[in-house]
Amino acid sequence: MRVMANVAMVMNLDKCIGCHTCSVTCKQVWTNRPGTEYVYFNNVETKPGVGYPKRYEDQEQWHGGWTLDRRGRLQLRAGGRVKKLAQLFYNPDLPSIDDYGDPWTYDYQTLIQAPLGTHNPSARSISALTGKGMDVKWGSNFDDDLAGAPEHAVDDPDLIGLEDRVRMEFEQVFMFYLPRICEHCLNPSCVASCPSGAMYKREEDGIVLVDQDRCRGWRMCVSGCPYKKVYFNHRTGKAEKCTFCFPRIEAGQPTVCSETCVGRLRYLGLMLYDADRVLDAAATPDEQDLYEAQLGVFLDPHDPAVQAEAAAAGIPHDWIAAAQRSPVYELAVRHRVALPLHPEYRTLPMVWYIPPLSPVADVVHAAGYDPNDPDKVFATIDSLRIPIDYLANLFTAGAAETVRAVLRKLAAIRAYMRAAQLGLDRDEDLPGSVGATPDDIDDLYRLLAIAKYEDRYVIPPAHAEDAGRLMGQHEQLFCSLDTDGGPGMGGAGPHGIASYRPSQPDTGHADQTFRADDGRSHFNLLGWDGRGSAPNLFPEPGPS
Amino acid sequence: MTNASTGELFLWVGLPYLALGIFVVGHIWRWRYDQFGWTSRSTQLQERKLLKWGSPIFHYGTFAAIGGHVIGVLIPESVTRAIGIPENVYRWFSAGAGTLAAVLVIGGVIVLATRRLTVPRVRATTASVDYLALVLLLIVILTGVAPTVGVNMFGHGYDYRSTVAPWFRGLFIGSPDVTAISTAPVIYQVHATAAWMIWIVWPFSRLVHAWSYPLWYLWRPYVVYRSRDTSRRPSEPGTGGRKWRKIGAPY
Ligand code: SF4
Ligand code: SF4
Repeated sequence: MRVMANVAMVMNLDKCIGCHTCSVTCKQVWTNRPGTEYVYFNNVETKPGVGYPKRYEDQEQWHGGWTLDRRGRLQLRAGGRVKKLAQLFYNPDLPSIDDYGDPWTYDYQTLIQAPLGTHNPSARSISALTGKGMDVKWGSNFDDDLAGAPEHAVDDPDLIGLEDRVRMEFEQVFMFYLPRICEHCLNPSCVASCPSGAMYKREEDGIVLVDQDRCRGWRMCVSGCPYKKVYFNHRTGKAEKCTFCFPRIEAGQPTVCSETCVGRLRYLGLMLYDADRVLDAAATPDEQDLYEAQLGVFLDPHDPAVQAEAAAAGIPHDWIAAAQRSPVYELAVRHRVALPLHPEYRTLPMVWYIPPLSPVADVVHAAGYDPNDPDKVFATIDSLRIPIDYLANLFTAGAAETVRAVLRKLAAIRAYMRAAQLGLDRDEDLPGSVGATPDDIDDLYRLLAIAKYEDRYVIPPAHAEDAGRLMGQHEQLFCSLDTDGGPGMGGAGPHGIASYRPSQPDTGHADQTFRADDGRSHFNLLGWDGRGSAPNLFPEPGPS
Repeated sequence: MTNASTGELFLWVGLPYLALGIFVVGHIWRWRYDQFGWTSRSTQLQERKLLKWGSPIFHYGTFAAIGGHVIGVLIPESVTRAIGIPENVYRWFSAGAGTLAAVLVIGGVIVLATRRLTVPRVRATTASVDYLALVLLLIVILTGVAPTVGVNMFGHGYDYRSTVAPWFRGLFIGSPDVTAISTAPVIYQVHATAAWMIWIVWPFSRLVHAWSYPLWYLWRPYVVYRSRDTSRRPSEPGTGGRKWRKIGAPY
């Protein structure tokens, strides 16, 4: 057993209102620079929909993630090392910018500077790639809220096998949002695809990062990630990806997308796992068993044997304690209501999802029943093929029974707690029928419905006894004000970031005292570093 | 060497050593201070149809051409003769392989240069040093290809192995034969001069990505782990932890 820790996230899809606040705040913090206009470390997709970039989930086309070779061994789907090196000069699996959408802005000057006249001036769209005029054809979220769904949503790779039945129905009721960030996988195919060795998984917390100083722009990670969560900065010629807001996580704070989530649907916590079991789990022969296999990789932080191994592996005590309180462990392992996104990519993703019950409840409602009547909801969950099969294509490689079990449990919580709150008769058999105890139901209710801040985010701060050294890693992101013509333009050194130096020791007071109008010498506190003496700070006692 | 003019001395002794010096010092400087700028600067995201053909053809053609220079210029005639390669076999091989490399390089560079100049998305990413490197490359390639193909088609050409090559090798042992090169045909002289200019431009352009061909990917473990603790400096992949990165990234 080799115990390692990984920060992980769970998103409760029932609560996502598709407001895109997470995408906007993430973008403001991380990718508001030239070269990253089209880059969304966090994006929110309407499902069914084609996704961002278009059809990224279709690995027959993009060859992302892992697959098994004929002898059942794990292989990068895009091919082995020799093939990768041979394809260095042209990567056949790389999406083009048109699959994301040519990033653009508008020529606002013409609005401001138009001469007085009768015609309303209009602003032309300008490509961020060329600075020239362009026609906008596609961009992120062009199919938001099923916009143009009859045309675009049919291209959704998750609709495979459902094409003939789904069309009419989902236009009426079936829709939900899928917020996505990098999965910070246990078996990251992006890292495995990077020929330079510039990408790495952090030993302490499992965050997957790109070393900006080592990346040579071979762009194999972009195509290697099946979730298309590594992006190519077209200005710097280097790859960039979601950082799990590591400077915040190190300080014990939630990621920006979690902190600002309007639906408060994100949970952050630590997972302990056995690194020795990762490759075997990823090589599970049947895709539908990958969910169980990944659960088998996680370790129970309440188990004293695991705690001892973790301590021996150098995991600090407060981290083990945090793993015991991890909401991700509760939701994914103990209650089994969270599922991994596309386990069939074999990367063992670490951002899990509680599948939405709402599309099902909507169907019940549309049929004229009370969506809170558990019997009707249960019957619908059992009979409703389309949303369930669709969700199964997303979360369980097609195993509908697993999704159904989760949805039944979610419906049971609603019914059981509703009865409790309204003082109605509680069906005491209900928890047992979904494989839970009344206490489990109560815990889940607390975690999902009450969802207090400190219950949602259990993040132990990094052990930064030597915090100054961390600055080396912060360099991978240069100052966001350092844009062309921006206020921080240029900066110092090749990284455009000034080196962080402690202030110089105070050498004298000559420039720190000044003579004011009252004729006395005063000490100037501005720029004083707190060391040394501060003469004339207080007025001399005058003659009384 | 005695009756070489100052101009000739500069062209055939001064410029080469200047170029070599700038090449070496420039690379050390760039490696130390600009790891972040050290990249292939790929534009595949912006344009893929032309790149699909131009880039592999150009790169593989260039490998062949570099190999040909090693055989033709670095290895003296006496060595090939001593290991028993007859003169005409050598000539046929060099003309055949040389022409193949020439066709690949020329074809590739035409596609890539067209792409760079005519596709607006690609053009927008091009810096002036890239244009300079491109022009020099075009000169080197055209003046290099013309004699190679000429030899193949019109038989017996100029024997650069007894003039240009000794001068070039002489540079590295400190006694360049200026007379040999200054009496060579102009096309070889232009070729050599433009090539030295490329050595000068190299460390300051995207050409540095050539040194980053990631061969060690072949034997490295797939998933790389690194400690958050940056005081434990990770080793460059494939070096077995040896300390040659000392001249490297400044952290
Ligand atoms: S989701 Fe993240 S960690 Fe996983 S393969 Fe993609 S970029 Fe790598
Ligand atoms: S902020 Fe929250 S609710 Fe809004 S789109 Fe993002 S995940 Fe959904």
